Amino acid sequence: MAKTWIVLQQREGRISRISWEAIAAGQRLAGELSGGKAEAVLLGSGVGELAREVAVADLAAVHVADHEALAGYTPGAYVGALASAIRDAAPDFVVFPHTYQTVDYFARLAHEAGAGLLPEVTGFERGDGGLVFRRPILGGKLVARVRVKGEGPVLVSVQSGAFSADSAARGGSAEVRELPVDGAAVRADREILRVEDAGGDQVDLTKAEVIVAVGRGVGGEDKLGPIRELAAALGAEIAASRPVVDNGWLERDRQIGSSGQTVAPKLYLAAGISGAIQHVVGMKGSGVVVAINKDPGAPIFNLADYGIVGDLHEVVPALTEAVKEAKGDG
Amino acid sequence: MRVAVCVKQVPDTEARLRVNRDGRWVDEEDLPFQINESDEYALEEGLRIAEATGGEVVVFSLGPERVKDALRKALALGAAKAVHLSDPAFSGGDALATGRALAAAVRRDEEGFGVVLTGSQSDDVGYGSTGSVVAGALGWPHAWLVMGVEVADGGGAAEVTREMESGKNEVFRLPLPAVLAVQAGINHPRYASLKGIMQAKRKPVEALGPADLGLDPASVGEAGSRLEIVSVDFPASGEGAQMIEGDAATAARALVEKLRTEARVL
Repeated sequence: MAKTWIVLQQREGRISRISWEAIAAGQRLAGELSGGKAEAVLLGSGVGELAREVAVADLAAVHVADHEALAGYTPGAYVGALASAIRDAAPDFVVFPHTYQTVDYFARLAHEAGAGLLPEVTGFERGDGGLVFRRPILGGKLVARVRVKGEGPVLVSVQSGAFSADSAARGGSAEVRELPVDGAAVRADREILRVEDAGGDQVDLTKAEVIVAVGRGVGGEDKLGPIRELAAALGAEIAASRPVVDNGWLERDRQIGSSGQTVAPKLYLAAGISGAIQHVVGMKGSGVVVAINKDPGAPIFNLADYGIVGDLHEVVPALTEAVKEAKGDG
Repeated sequence: MRVAVCVKQVPDTEARLRVNRDGRWVDEEDLPFQINESDEYALEEGLRIAEATGGEVVVFSLGPERVKDALRKALALGAAKAVHLSDPAFSGGDALATGRALAAAVRRDEEGFGVVLTGSQSDDVGYGSTGSVVAGALGWPHAWLVMGVEVADGGGAAEVTREMESGKNEVFRLPLPAVLAVQAGINHPRYASLKGIMQAKRKPVEALGPADLGLDPASVGEAGSRLEIVSVDFPASGEGAQMIEGDAATAARALVEKLRTEARVL
């Protein structure tokens, strides 16, 4: 019978929400494959309590690799613990949450475990000749449908938000089992020195009610003036997608997205932002989203409530005028 | 220290894309290509490490004939030599097939490398995994999403900064040699000088096939992959969004009206 594993991510004694999304994805995948139940895998040190928390999900088992070398994350220890387990149990699929930590080690794990690798899946369905997985390509401008071929397990990561954590079936009482850990194989391969703030969090964008965010399309630091005027007219904070910050046009503490802040303002106005997933995960909870982009195929329009296809250098000043007019009337 | 930098040539992310006739990839005819964004940062970081330690950069790339443009650019920026995995058998590979082939090319270099740098993720297929596979195949430690590298212990180790989620960085020591997958924004990449462009024309570009690397052609490229792209499509455009038409002034006024009366957020 087909076997599906789900490798959970925990931090500071908590199962992350995206791990519950991975559980939901793994349960669906197991159902598609054989109608059976998935099994979860939890790594850590002293994580028995957490395992029981996971066991309420509708799963066949929760395998716990409990070892002091797994107290903190390092790729050496995680790959060491999982590679032999995957080789021994030979699950058909191993589902991971698509996080920075997962991507840091799971390609290496695939190599060491002799498994295939399918990162950043957003969905799957049964097609001709088996399961077909969807994943974004070219910055989310296109969607690829991908099939797995060959023999052996495949490691799959599921993109944040692609499966609903609340849809994970609960009400089970999965058996918690020990996953044997070979102490010689589980070795840290990096010496952690410290964790620090990436760019200082002087600007707290999470409290802003209105945000005007700019992307690469703004074209340069010298072209931010009209953006600032629109933000002033709207009483908004200015924010940016990653390329703007990488180019030094705005400070890093104004970055929205997976490596920046996560915001949910009443109104989010995205100008010259294409809408790559790394940005979208930081703003998809916004109330009303307005997108201005010269490319009608920009993925941001799939998420926006209102869209204008046009040159932001023309639309933004016009918008500032229109906002001032409207406020004057009001 | 000698530094290997793996770069990928990808379509210009701003370009207008079309699906090709077999429906399995984008139409590459007339499509502008460039060095993948995070790979440009990896190349710059490699050049800085080589300059600071008195070494050189060898640039590696896998892909068809057009990839020579990317290699020439890397040579113009300061790489000493280029290695091109140019055989058609290499193309269409997943991260595992591509990473293993690149690792074999790195291993083939007789003088050896102190560090291998890659970008963190390609802007086309975006597996984000090739560097880690190179590391696995070489048996070296690695890190992904690297935002800082300080070579220490006379080249025996590096202090590496890795980006984590929610605005935090983790700093750790890694023994060298290692593979580091560099995140965009780690530095400010230089521009090629006219002198560099002229010099690049005389620098060596070595073309390799699977046999040169001791690899079975069935283990590389599409044949050696576990993934097969069935089709590529545009997601339904503007799904859910109300698209507002008209010239800038008209559209701006219509939008503000909707934000006030319909969405009630102004």
